[in-house]
Amino acid sequence: MLVSILHRITGGALTVAGLAILAWWLAALAAGEESYATFDSVVRFEWLGIPWMFILLAGLTWAFWQHFFSGLRHLVLDTGAGYELKVNKFWAVMTLAGSLLATAATWYFLLGVGQ
Amino acid sequence: MSLGESATPLGKVKGLGSAHHGGGHWLEERFTSVALVFLSLWLIFSLILLPDLSRDILSQWLRTAWGAVPMALFIVAAFKHGVDGLKVAVDDYVHDDGNRIGVHYLLDMIGIAGAAISLFALARIAFVAVAA
Repeated sequence: MLVSILHRITGGALTVAGLAILAWWLAALAAGEESYATFDSVVRFEWLGIPWMFILLAGLTWAFWQHFFSGLRHLVLDTGAGYELKVNKFWAVMTLAGSLLATAATWYFLLGVGQ
Repeated sequence: MSLGESATPLGKVKGLGSAHHGGGHWLEERFTSVALVFLSLWLIFSLILLPDLSRDILSQWLRTAWGAVPMALFIVAAFKHGVDGLKVAVDDYVHDDGNRIGVHYLLDMIGIAGAAISLFALARIAFVAVAA
């Protein structure tokens, strides 16, 4: 139930916020040095010492992974498999665990923490 | 797109479900979702594997075929899939036919505009961009 609702919410957020940022990012890259510097400074925007845009991007990363794993689950369910109560619940919970782990891993590597 | 065995002959003609046009839309959404499984993983791994996310490095990457071609596919699939998904949500909450069709057109226009802006930007990076 929760996972199903999350699929819709994360999908909506990825479309509205995620694709808007994708378009802006590519447009800023194409438009030149100054435009990309503006994009970069907005991404690094801080207020009261809190990097709000990083939080938004991390949230969208989580939304992506949640939607990704939940989407994979739906593709399996579409074949008619995995409807037994225990199996169904197990994989629903696994999408939640998987998305948190994958979000942490993505930012761990993106920020180069491991290097 | 063919519905195969999943719809009755009558259902194919009349178009059932809350969208009132049968299952063709459903199949299209599955098609882009499978494409996005690969394309989105490609995007995340590419960004991670780049030395940094500076303008120079990103432009260099998008000037190669291995950067630009999957990115173009990602843009098309992501905007299509996103608009398809929003339409499904709209179908569940907007019941008036006129409003539903109006919102669908609006979503299509925004989605196509967003994809066009992104593809134009990508082309500009790939074909023009800065001199080395």
